[in-house]
Amino acid sequence: MTVDPQSGASGALPALAARGVDKTFRIPEERSHTLKERALHPFKRIRHEQLHALKDISFAVEPGEFFGIVGRNGSGKSTLLKCLAGIYRADQGEIWCNGRMSTFIELGVGFNPDLAAYDNVALNGIMLGLSPREAKSRYQRVIEFAELEEFQDLKLKNYSSGMHVRLAFSVAIQVDADILLIDEVLAVGDAGFQQKCFDVFNRMRDEGRTIVFVTHDMSAVNRFCHRAMLLERGEMVAIGDPTQVADKYLEVSFGRDIGYTDPGEEIPQVGDGAARVIDVWLGENPGERRAVAPQSVPTTLKARVTFNAAVRDPMVTLAINNEQHQSVIVGSTGGEHENSGIFRAGEEAVFAFSFHNMLAPGRYEPTFTVTNRGSGLSVIDRYEGRFSFVVTGSVVSGGMVEVPVQTEIISLGQSALGQKATA
Amino acid sequence: MSTGTISKPLDTPTESLGTAIRGPRALTDDWSRFWHLTYNIALSEFKLKFFGSALGYLWQVMKPLLLFAVLYVFFVVIGHVGKGGKPGEVNYGVQLLGSIVLFTFFTEATSGAVRSVVDRENLVRKIQFPRLVIPLAVTLLAFFNLMLNLLVVLVFALIAGIRPMLSWLELPLILAMLIVFSTGMAMLLSALFVRFRDIQPIWEVLSQILFYASPVIIPVEVVRRDLLHKPFLYHLYTLNPLVAIFQQFRHAMVNHATLSAGQALGSWAALLEPIGVVVGILVLGFWVFNSAAPHIAEDL
Repeated sequence: MTVDPQSGASGALPALAARGVDKTFRIPEERSHTLKERALHPFKRIRHEQLHALKDISFAVEPGEFFGIVGRNGSGKSTLLKCLAGIYRADQGEIWCNGRMSTFIELGVGFNPDLAAYDNVALNGIMLGLSPREAKSRYQRVIEFAELEEFQDLKLKNYSSGMHVRLAFSVAIQVDADILLIDEVLAVGDAGFQQKCFDVFNRMRDEGRTIVFVTHDMSAVNRFCHRAMLLERGEMVAIGDPTQVADKYLEVSFGRDIGYTDPGEEIPQVGDGAARVIDVWLGENPGERRAVAPQSVPTTLKARVTFNAAVRDPMVTLAINNEQHQSVIVGSTGGEHENSGIFRAGEEAVFAFSFHNMLAPGRYEPTFTVTNRGSGLSVIDRYEGRFSFVVTGSVVSGGMVEVPVQTEIISLGQSALGQKATA
Repeated sequence: MSTGTISKPLDTPTESLGTAIRGPRALTDDWSRFWHLTYNIALSEFKLKFFGSALGYLWQVMKPLLLFAVLYVFFVVIGHVGKGGKPGEVNYGVQLLGSIVLFTFFTEATSGAVRSVVDRENLVRKIQFPRLVIPLAVTLLAFFNLMLNLLVVLVFALIAGIRPMLSWLELPLILAMLIVFSTGMAMLLSALFVRFRDIQPIWEVLSQILFYASPVIIPVEVVRRDLLHKPFLYHLYTLNPLVAIFQQFRHAMVNHATLSAGQALGSWAALLEPIGVVVGILVLGFWVFNSAAPHIAEDL
């Protein structure tokens, strides 16, 4: 993280700070929306449902920092942004800012479909904090950036949604605030325009502006943010390194789905029943029961097997299948622990499989098969279709596994064919 | 990675870390932005009306003129109101038109304000700005229209043979009182509508009553004569600030033979009553709006 404390206009003070911010929405169960109802039932108490949207949030953003706020839907991240922006009043706690602040909850706030680009740029610019003179003098730049020179005389209602968004974004970036609060506006426009947006964000970051950025997009968090914060049910669950926060976010969002299929579902028993896989889990100890395996870290899958009859040298094979039912990783105790010994009836054992997680992000289903060695391989039990986990990560190369690949370019000079061609 | 790793420990509770953000308010410290916003929102609405349809602004001017034509035919031509030959009834038509134009401003500012905050939900929930901008922009838009409509009144007055008088200088004062009254009502209504959605029909009825309880059609002279033996009712009538405002307009702008506001109320000191009402509505309207402003975005 490269935060230069001197770059902020106010020296050592944070660009933005919150302490103990708490926000509760009171949602009336049946809304008395008219004077008539209030007059007819003056003593009727309106019951309210309390929605505790933010719980004791404290953090500080340094000047020049690119700070991400991530969280699932309804986690309170937009409420927090609105409290920071001064659109909602926090019930408790304090918020401070140092410098000119501008908020983008939505692009093109105040755009009027019946007016042409010029009037809308002026109006929107003023709403975002420009003076009318500034807004008008930057009109040309706005139109050029939005690539809408040919369409500037059209009324906005005749714009396509993409043109609309381009115009709105172009106005937004004209705002010369020191602190920008941005809510999920990155994912707009076509690929070319999106790249332009990313360039602008990079430029702003390099200019030392402070940016607070609410998003679902973990790759954007990894790309831009110096630090990030994870909100979950109104609480700050994590703050710090963006990659860790992003992983935690993915863990939280998939964690809900615990990964075990409903046990009521009938799964046909395979094998002779001399041993049964009674439990499998992801993680070191059975209590962990993780549903998410972050990419590029050591990962362990374990299976607990109980023996109903004596089994000699049993072998457990793990196959990790992707959503296309292809076995991406297969591991077996057969090689290393060929002679695993005799397990008597009533004994239990845990078979552990550890590997460096190179799986591509997605959902995987591990299958454990217990087999007998000796006269051919006979299946004792198979555990499948009852547990799945999610691999999270931001590296998506397109391959089934994400193996680090070293590349090199060796120049061989002019080839004989090339020489002929140039001759 | 835990909640403990905050880059700057916020341990001293009394220390201020910069400009405090306290949530939305009715007003602001940045008055130039306040004005720019109000002006530009009103201006863009005005442009929409002006360029929005083929006949453009003609419709806006036609509205009071059509009302005038209808009222003139029914009350003057058929009902013989203002045709008694008294000196105060000279140029009754221009008096009527002037009052209609002023009343049009009042309804545009107030009825237009009722839904304004709710209709601009998009702004209220998405950007931080002084909330009072919204009802004030409605009043300002009505003021733009008033200026154009007054030009029409001027043309009619000149055609009717009225020549400029020194008393025309009273116009800004008369308009100021009307604007302050309308603004107070606009703030009150727009804030109340967020909580009580039947404010709209209630206000429609009330403004109809105000129309007939103001000297638009029926001149003050007639009301005073009819209510001679009911001084309480007449007193109630004069508490309506529009009575003093419209009457002074008729007196100073059109015909000196009509009663001045002071004469209509009995004395110039009695004017303090409608002025008190105007100030009272302004204070009440601001108070209601100001206390609703911090939570308006959540209550919509």
